[in-house]
Amino acid sequence: MLLSPINVISSSFAVLLLILALTPFLRLNQRLLINVGFFLAAIASFFAAVAGFWSLVNGMTTQVILPIGLPDLPFHLRIDLLSGYFLVVVGLLAFFVSIYSIGYVKGFLGQRSVTHLVVFYVLFLAGMVLVVLADDALFFLIAWEMMAASSYFLVLYEDERVENRRAAFLYLVVAHVGAIAILLSFGVLAGLTTGFSGFQNYTFDAMRAAHLPPELATLAFLLAFFGFSAKAGVIPLHIWLPEAHPVAPSNVSALMSGVMLKTAIYGIVRVVFDLIRVFPWWWGALVLVFGLVSAVMGVLYALMQHDLKRLLAYHSVENIGIILIGIGLSMIFTSFNMSLLAALALIAGLYHTLNHAMFKGLLFMGAGSVLNATHERNMEEMGGLIRFMPWTAVLFLIGCISISALPPFNGFVSEWLTYQAFLLSPALPSPLLNLMIPLGAALLALTSALAAACFVKAFGVTFLGNHRGHHGGHIHEAGWSMRLGMLLAALACLGLGIFPTYMIGWMDPLAEKLVGGKIAASASGLGWMWLTPIAAERASYSAPLAFIGILTVVVVTYLLLHARPGAIRRAPLWNCGFEKVTSRMQYTATSFAMPLRRIFGFLFSIKEHVRQPPSASHPAFPDRIHYHLRVRDRFWTWMYQPVIDASFWLSRRIGRMQQGRIQIYLIYSFVTILVLLIFS
Amino acid sequence: MIKEILKNIFSKKRVIPFPEGFNVSPTQVAKIVDFQKKVDTIFGRSLRIRQIDAGSCNACEWECTALTNPIYDIQRFGIDFVASPRHADMLLVTGPVSRQMEFALKRTTIATPEPRLVVACGDCAKDGGIYKGSYAVANGVGNVIPVDAVIPGCPPTPTAIILALSEIIDKVAR
Amino acid sequence: MNIDPLIVEILQIAVLLIVAPVFTGWIKMVKCWFQGRTSPSLFQPWRDIVKLFSKDVTLAENASWIFRFTPYLVFGISVMAGGIIPILSMDLPLSAMADVIALVALFSIARFFTALAGMDIGTAFGGMGASREMTIASLAEPAMLMAVFAVSLVGKSTSVSQMAIVISQGHSLLRPSLVFALLAFILITLAETGRVPVDNPATHLELTMIHEAMILEYSGRHLALIEWASMMKLFLFAVLGIASFVPWGIPRNGELLSVAVALLVLLFKLAGIGVVLVLIETGLAKMRIFRITEFLGSAFLFATIGMMSYFMLE
Repeated sequence: MLLSPINVISSSFAVLLLILALTPFLRLNQRLLINVGFFLAAIASFFAAVAGFWSLVNGMTTQVILPIGLPDLPFHLRIDLLSGYFLVVVGLLAFFVSIYSIGYVKGFLGQRSVTHLVVFYVLFLAGMVLVVLADDALFFLIAWEMMAASSYFLVLYEDERVENRRAAFLYLVVAHVGAIAILLSFGVLAGLTTGFSGFQNYTFDAMRAAHLPPELATLAFLLAFFGFSAKAGVIPLHIWLPEAHPVAPSNVSALMSGVMLKTAIYGIVRVVFDLIRVFPWWWGALVLVFGLVSAVMGVLYALMQHDLKRLLAYHSVENIGIILIGIGLSMIFTSFNMSLLAALALIAGLYHTLNHAMFKGLLFMGAGSVLNATHERNMEEMGGLIRFMPWTAVLFLIGCISISALPPFNGFVSEWLTYQAFLLSPALPSPLLNLMIPLGAALLALTSALAAACFVKAFGVTFLGNHRGHHGGHIHEAGWSMRLGMLLAALACLGLGIFPTYMIGWMDPLAEKLVGGKIAASASGLGWMWLTPIAAERASYSAPLAFIGILTVVVVTYLLLHARPGAIRRAPLWNCGFEKVTSRMQYTATSFAMPLRRIFGFLFSIKEHVRQPPSASHPAFPDRIHYHLRVRDRFWTWMYQPVIDASFWLSRRIGRMQQGRIQIYLIYSFVTILVLLIFS
Repeated sequence: MIKEILKNIFSKKRVIPFPEGFNVSPTQVAKIVDFQKKVDTIFGRSLRIRQIDAGSCNACEWECTALTNPIYDIQRFGIDFVASPRHADMLLVTGPVSRQMEFALKRTTIATPEPRLVVACGDCAKDGGIYKGSYAVANGVGNVIPVDAVIPGCPPTPTAIILALSEIIDKVAR
Repeated sequence: MNIDPLIVEILQIAVLLIVAPVFTGWIKMVKCWFQGRTSPSLFQPWRDIVKLFSKDVTLAENASWIFRFTPYLVFGISVMAGGIIPILSMDLPLSAMADVIALVALFSIARFFTALAGMDIGTAFGGMGASREMTIASLAEPAMLMAVFAVSLVGKSTSVSQMAIVISQGHSLLRPSLVFALLAFILITLAETGRVPVDNPATHLELTMIHEAMILEYSGRHLALIEWASMMKLFLFAVLGIASFVPWGIPRNGELLSVAVALLVLLFKLAGIGVVLVLIETGLAKMRIFRITEFLGSAFLFATIGMMSYFMLE
């Protein structure tokens, strides 16, 4: 049998089905279930990544019609360049997270059953892979729903707490609102022109061939954008992200944040660049504006948090915003037929997709190790963990550096490419856009600087300093599988940062297919070490040289200066000579963010309250002072609360129909039958 | 502002020239020049002082502050005051070391990296001064930490401080 | 006679290492003249650094490897950045390694690690310094990037050498976009290098410190490296400003005579920049922390006006 990407993907599914089949037998030996289940899941995701990479690099497109599906509406499956790329994103991170899960899920042994965690994890993986592979609207939506439902059960894993249940419910509601919008969008694309005759237009191929009038295309785009934004967590539809991601188990949070949000990006790119290929410039401007707003607001929300996983969840909002910035710019350039620049912007956006999967996965895995060790999500109770968990600290630091877009790691490369795309926008013919787009570049700079500040806070408060909590021991380093998963993700971050020319070379056929421009030739014009997207004089960046250069200088300086042994003396810390230096004297997460809270506080509703209860001894010597800070999302009060109130009002009104008397219900049935008989 | 700056640049400097303006005998001048040379050798003409107030009445602090004004201008010798003992080469302690400041003084000494000097400035730091015998003081810096030099005076004038720094030379030269 | 570009590169890094403390010494000298005092010698900062190398290192008991690694990293990044900006020649082998966005990011990573080192010991001052420094950085970075973008629009490139080449060939000396960008750049330099009115580098009061507060725990050779790196940062910002706005005098190729002339012109320009800096420092008082928002906001505004005037007038 000829080996092809389809076969590799099928074997991946076969492995996943194997896990499901084995689960009822292994249910009683939970440890073995975890080992076998996640090991096989790692193999399956590795196969998926390989299949995706294969079809991406070779430029192959394979289409298969599956024998399953509704009568006359079989499922279509397709691996093409775009699916291949997103398969790499899904598969690679799932591979790392599955290895990590082997150790992490063992932390739940003895407390609760992990059987349904394993089962829904497998279903979640399968759902995500199928979404990327689906080639018709029906299959897409079924896979989408499978992904959403299984992730709902995963979020609800620790369901004894009421806030976890609330968070999962909120997630489910927003996911389904989005799914309805996507369904309507596909409906517009599929049938509105032909009037749903024959139902054959539900395949993506038919949608590509159809010529939509501009108003319908706009309607389809707006619905699709709304629906996919609800899943991606774009502001203002982000409200479920900071609730759902923290309460899920950390390996699931890593997958949700790293991969599931990307399937929404896949959806947007597929609908806009593949199904509707011709569009006006204001679509791109809309995406760009939403991207910028999400980026800035996301990072500002993140700065106000002191819960480690909630902070990381808000950063996902920010990074999705950055991805949308790249995609929005690409849409603007495409609508003006500037294919080279569109390719640059699209590659910047898609590169950031992969990068974000890598470093966000790494960060969530690190947060999971910390959670496993300290049983604490609140940063204010942590501190000094670098002494107890040195490996986790280093790997988490790599994640922090990557997400702050600092060289030589991967976050910098995609942000650099995005800046280059911004700087080339003066070539646009529209003067309004020429003036407004550079402001977008400034907002992107603000975002990355604020992200760096936020991660100094997150790493510094969690790992550095002295321990603030009441533990006094029992904080152990993570197990080997957790460390291995994180190490692989960190190496991926480093690799993506140092070898961008190879990545761009692999992504080039994709850009050419979607927007018609190729940049790899100019990008690696000076060789594999230099990244020169448009021309060497225009801009160039050599990540390997920067990395090696800094390393060389550091090593040489160290060797020159580290002459005398024993010249370093350890002394107690100097804190202006205070006698009783306690761990409460350090900066906390809340105090670190105070200047930024003062400056940007007008965007939130902040209530700060200081209260001093009367002291026992003398009013001049206070015993204790209460400080209360509440930072609330304005979107909740402006957008969501009115919608919730309105829906409850409406349902109360309609609820009047439920009289509770059987005679009224019989009258309803009778009237309905009469109406149907008259109008049939 | 520009007028003031131009006036400052082009007027005659009022700093007390060294060593003529210090109104001292030739032997003392020799001592000071010696001090300069020795500070040059040990510290490479860069001395950083961390001034510690161990419960003084602040008169000595005023005189130490006067060291940095344009008249005495200690910075032209390469000497400067710093904020943290980890950055400092010399600790200049004033005050009779009250009980509250004993621990802080010991901590500060430990925090200063070697090679370091400790100088007790003023009569209070020497042996308790006007607070000698009080229940609340340790009667001089020498009772708390080892001292390399002492500057007598209540308070010592800036000239005396600079002059008396020459005592360090003997200690350091050995 | 043409010198090998690699030799010019090494020469440039040597100039960076040697002249940076002298530049700080010059600023101190001019400030003392303006205040009517006699100044310490021009090479006083050199003496401070050399003395610090011979002192012991006293580390806090709970310092981790980040604390010990940071001085070397910050020093290495400053040296690296010196190899990128055209100081003595516009034809450097390393200048294609990083453009101006990467340069800003290099400074950013140095600041990231310094802030982490400040938080490492667990004192209140370190956290305070880190918090304030990151706040100012997050406000200064958009303004810095806008100023740099304004210059890159004129220079049609983001590579610093390329910008310098194009601007030195420019026919009109005064472009409004460059003037506004220069104003913004001056304000940002004051913020990023920690001079008055943003931060007083000579303060002893911990509650008024920003940069100094993060390095209160450093001693010995670590402190020497950090002080040298901060002097180099001031030098690098001055040289970046020279390369972007007044690049005449930097030769296109590595001829021996023109490199020597470039060195002299550089010293002359630095002297002028020192005087301007001291005028600003003498005339302004240090601002309240929360006034820095308006300060950097006005820098951002100048940079934006610079960019818009490029579109409207050129």
